[in-house]
Amino acid sequence: MLLGIVRRMLSMALTLFGVSVVIFVVLRLLPGNAVTASLGVSAGLLTHAQLAALNHFYGVGQPAIEQFFSWLGSTLSGNLGVSLASREPVSTLVGQPLLVTLELAAVAMVLGVLIGVGFGMVGAIRPGRWPDDVGQGVSVVGLAIPSFVIGTGLVTFLSSTFHYFPSSQGYVSFLQDPWLNLQQIFFPALTLSLGIGAAIMRTTRAAVLEVSGLNFTRTARGKGVSTQALVWRHLFLNALVPIVTMSGIQLGYLLGGTVIVEQIFVLPGLGRLLVSSINNRDFPVVQSVTLIFATGFVVVNMLVDVLYTIIDPRTRSR
Amino acid sequence: MSGPVLSIRGLRVGIRGRRGVEEIVRGVDLDVASAEKVGVVGESGSGKTLTMLSVLQLLPSPPLAVLGGRVLLDGEDLLTADARRLREVRGGEVAMVYQDPMSSLNPLTRVGRQIVEALRAHGTGDKVARARTREVLGEVGLPHPDRIERAFPHELSGGMLQRVMIAMALATSPKVLVADEPTTALDVTIQQQILELVSRLQASTSMSVVWVTHDLGVVAQLVDRVVVMYAGRVVERAPTHRLFAAPTHPYTAALLASLPGPEIGHRRPLHQIGGTPPDPSRLGAGCPFRARCPYAEQRCAEHEPELEERGAGSFAACWKDPGAWAR
Ligand SMILES: Nc1ncnc2c1ncn2[C@@H]1O[C@H](COP(=O)(O)OP(=O)(O)OP(=O)(O)O)[C@@H](O)[C@H]1O
Ligand code: SF4
Ligand SMILES: [Mg+2]
Repeated sequence: MLLGIVRRMLSMALTLFGVSVVIFVVLRLLPGNAVTASLGVSAGLLTHAQLAALNHFYGVGQPAIEQFFSWLGSTLSGNLGVSLASREPVSTLVGQPLLVTLELAAVAMVLGVLIGVGFGMVGAIRPGRWPDDVGQGVSVVGLAIPSFVIGTGLVTFLSSTFHYFPSSQGYVSFLQDPWLNLQQIFFPALTLSLGIGAAIMRTTRAAVLEVSGLNFTRTARGKGVSTQALVWRHLFLNALVPIVTMSGIQLGYLLGGTVIVEQIFVLPGLGRLLVSSINNRDFPVVQSVTLIFATGFVVVNMLVDVLYTIIDPRTRSR
Repeated sequence: MSGPVLSIRGLRVGIRGRRGVEEIVRGVDLDVASAEKVGVVGESGSGKTLTMLSVLQLLPSPPLAVLGGRVLLDGEDLLTADARRLREVRGGEVAMVYQDPMSSLNPLTRVGRQIVEALRAHGTGDKVARARTREVLGEVGLPHPDRIERAFPHELSGGMLQRVMIAMALATSPKVLVADEPTTALDVTIQQQILELVSRLQASTSMSVVWVTHDLGVVAQLVDRVVVMYAGRVVERAPTHRLFAAPTHPYTAALLASLPGPEIGHRRPLHQIGGTPPDPSRLGAGCPFRARCPYAEQRCAEHEPELEERGAGSFAACWKDPGAWAR
């Protein structure tokens, strides 16, 4: 048990280290750096001495390996560095967007799971009836249309038809104005949740249908349990492992999806921060944000594994 | 004598396939009186399980479906009962032990919970249900019921699971216990224990038992009457002692002949008579046993015999009287 936890931690750390290396390399392969990004074409007019001074100022002059380890060292000690663009500490810069993205992801996930499990259960329990057909239809749409199309469509529709655009007066946090905040989060979350819901729906439906043909389901029916007990305690419970697996996968995708959707709905989350930082070649910010995304991914995977052992006694330490 | 508790009348079960409906259970009649123990024997595939599952409408449908007939519990037709009534009967008045214990319990739930669930579905409070669960687990001969009750199915052996299944069926003190090969995974001593337990319970509660088995030894020890099934039909039914002393259907006679010697307490599976059972899709007219029957003659291929009285409580579906078998 303890050994398992240690092994998990090690593999998580390794994953995150790998991600950091990859990001670091990819960023150095991009043309340009913070100096050229902030000065634009006028960077070409700089003298050698000026360029060297600026490189030194932005800390981009040292050899790549040195840069990586100094970044890694300070990150490990909790210091995410300083933004090259705004000269603010990255940890300050990242705080608010992190909350925005977490809220967006959480609401999208909740919506997706509700849509997915709801339609999936209804479809599996009464296959071929109209609610099943509706669910199947929604899932085809949800899976086939990418979220940026759905998102753009939704924004266009809301603003042109209803002159409704919750983000127009700038983002407000939940603490400032919960109602407006939820309006601002709801539509981007809905956009993200369709794809998630579609995938979870299909998994739920297939898993529940499979379980309903198994012998222990017959035993439960033969005991005279209520339909509700049968559906939740036997069918749903036994379909839960694939549902959790699919939810975990979707939550992983979701983190990437927020980048696009925040762009469309003008939400100041991590995704927007990431895009603008890449444009500015603001490497410390990009590195930290990607690391946050990667950490989220790894944590989700760990949670999924923990859930497995809670759900299925057969997966507990043998 | 009062009427039967459970009465199956002309039950037909079929499988709906691409080539239409194929009938597998072809008009089965079976009566079980109060406190009576009836054995159902027959080769694999003869339709024993499908018949029993039909009683509680537990057939996997699709593809299987009841095509006709009635299942009467104290005169009330269960096949037309509404969902609520059916739920009361299931596990409450008629309880079933299924053939494959390894897959018949929910793998994610502790076995004790599953028995408690059966009790609670029929109105027992949680506390009483837990106590009763521990009690029945002990009754079926499981050591340390308090530990077994907290086990998950994968932590128990096949024999233990089978006893858990039996405990679950007995927990609610049903009127009728339908047990589908309940002792096949058990060793002889445990089997003996279970048989004694069922007999004891039966004596004190007037529970009726339908015991489906391959094992003629069990039949001889436990049941009052035997029903022999072949190719989806009842081919013989008789009081147990009559069946062993003077079988009136050639199939029964062949089964008995395959038993080792006169001491009928022995375990011996049924599939040791020559030939194989017919494919239900190509039965055609005539007696389904004719291809394997040493006494078959012309008319056996033309018409299928109906169940007829043979005296002393025996019924057989055969054109030939045992007296005419000699030649
Ligand atoms: N789910 C199913 N789908 C298709 N055919 C089935 C199904 N269940 C049973 N059958 C067929 O119905 C026939 C009768 O099956 P049944 O299980 O009632 O036999 P049985 O007498 O209980 O045999 P056994 O002694 O092996 O348990 C078999 O030939 C089997 O192939
Ligand atoms: S009817 Fe004919 S074939 Fe069938 S069991 Fe009797 S004698 Fe044999
Ligand atoms: Mg069977």
